[in-house]
Amino acid sequence: MLMLTCPNCGVTAEETEFEPGGEAHLTRAATDSTDEAFRDYLFQRKNPRGVHFERWRHAYGCGRWFHAARCTQTLEVFGTYTAQTSAPPDRIQAAIQARRPDWSLT
Amino acid sequence: MKRYSAFAIAREAARHHTGWERAWASPAPKDRYEVIVVGAGGHGLATAYYLAKNHGIRNVAVLEKGWMGGGNTGRNTTIIRSNYLQDESAAIFEKSRSLYETLSQKLNYNIMFSPRGVLMLAQTEHELRAWKRTAHANRLAGIKSEFVSPRRIKDIVKIIETKGPRYPVLGGLWQPRGGTARHDAVAWGYARAASDLGVDIIQQCEVTGVDRDASGVTGVQTTKGAIKCAKLCIVVAGSSGVLAEMAGFRLPVESVALQALVSEPIKPVMDCVVMANTVHGYMSQSDKGELVIGGGADGYNNYTQRGSFQHIEETVRALIETFPLISRLKMLRQWGGIVDMTGDRSPIIGKTPVPGMFVNCGWGTGGFKAIPGSGWATAEMVADGAPRALAAPFSLDRFVEGRMIDESVAAAVAH
Repeated sequence: MLMLTCPNCGVTAEETEFEPGGEAHLTRAATDSTDEAFRDYLFQRKNPRGVHFERWRHAYGCGRWFHAARCTQTLEVFGTYTAQTSAPPDRIQAAIQARRPDWSLT
Repeated sequence: MKRYSAFAIAREAARHHTGWERAWASPAPKDRYEVIVVGAGGHGLATAYYLAKNHGIRNVAVLEKGWMGGGNTGRNTTIIRSNYLQDESAAIFEKSRSLYETLSQKLNYNIMFSPRGVLMLAQTEHELRAWKRTAHANRLAGIKSEFVSPRRIKDIVKIIETKGPRYPVLGGLWQPRGGTARHDAVAWGYARAASDLGVDIIQQCEVTGVDRDASGVTGVQTTKGAIKCAKLCIVVAGSSGVLAEMAGFRLPVESVALQALVSEPIKPVMDCVVMANTVHGYMSQSDKGELVIGGGADGYNNYTQRGSFQHIEETVRALIETFPLISRLKMLRQWGGIVDMTGDRSPIIGKTPVPGMFVNCGWGTGGFKAIPGSGWATAEMVADGAPRALAAPFSLDRFVEGRMIDESVAAAVAH
């Protein structure tokens, strides 16, 4: 079972207290975008086997969204961070690199 | 290939079983094949078999990183049905179900197809309306299924509790020719028949890269060396995203864990399959007497082939209300498989952005029932270079065009 820390209220809890919200850092397609851009935004996913960034909501706590960095192969959680950003912060990237030296943000 | 028959058993019994031959060959990979299928699960092996059988393409290799049928083919709850709402789904799943009817004879391998009937419970008003609608759609599509009342359900499944209180059984969708089959045997039967037709099945051979030039795919890099090919078809379910990344494109799928469990064996208590979609509980009784129970899928990406504990608890808790008899059963084993979910919960069979490379994936939580039809349609596509009627609606283009085959809404859950 995953243990996550909500960066909004600071509570650390089991995954049942949270709701997964899919891949993080997607670029929202604007209304005048092409069909392909909408496909990429709505359906196309990285779905990596390894380091992944995703959205979570503290559904049975403060109710707010945040982001988590997690490994989909080992279920290791590298850290959580605010949803008000378009890329994982340096602190999170360093935490991932400490555990996965070959990893880099692409 | 020596045929399996009652005479063969008598003959071998008379000579102390010294004459059985290996069911399939395990050759070293050749330098080049016309078609390489990645993934020796049911879908991949069926694709290779129908390429050889229906289209005369026998220079085919099936590459498997682990062992044959060791992924979702060996991890599902073996449910076979075709009572889907949308016409496109109904066509391919009914093709599949009808192929299952005679598959043992066609493959000369007993896959133990058991058309014991599949009952899908309606436990909310929403499901009640949805199943009535599906029953009408099935009738128009020529699929034998019917809406049944709670009284009839009690007659079909004696051990069911229809009164609730939390999830009363309000009705159900009954497909009498749905059922189960021996899942490993489906993979083994296709493997044996394909091997007999000249298909090379190469296990413990992981694909590590896709080779391509300007004109399209040229081969694959594997743990057993580079292998060239004219056409490449990836049929790897949960690992589809990983293979797509090797070839340089993305797919509209996400890999999540789906769980199942079996109880200790007991005397026969139910002779059909019951699916309770609202509470994510799917149950049937195996020939050994174990109750085979399927649960719900996790909500987040996962490649670990094990799921979250709370989903087992939720599944069992809900099933105990519907089947009070199972409350004191011990559960023997629990396992997980990695399923590839699409946005509309319908599969993908189609060409990829790389010329000569095809994909069959996205079967999500319901791929076992589709193995024969999926292999049939995928073989057509690989042989012709373009999908025929059965597979055409399931192309990748639908995610650009917005032409969804929405079984997600039709079933209200992944299924």
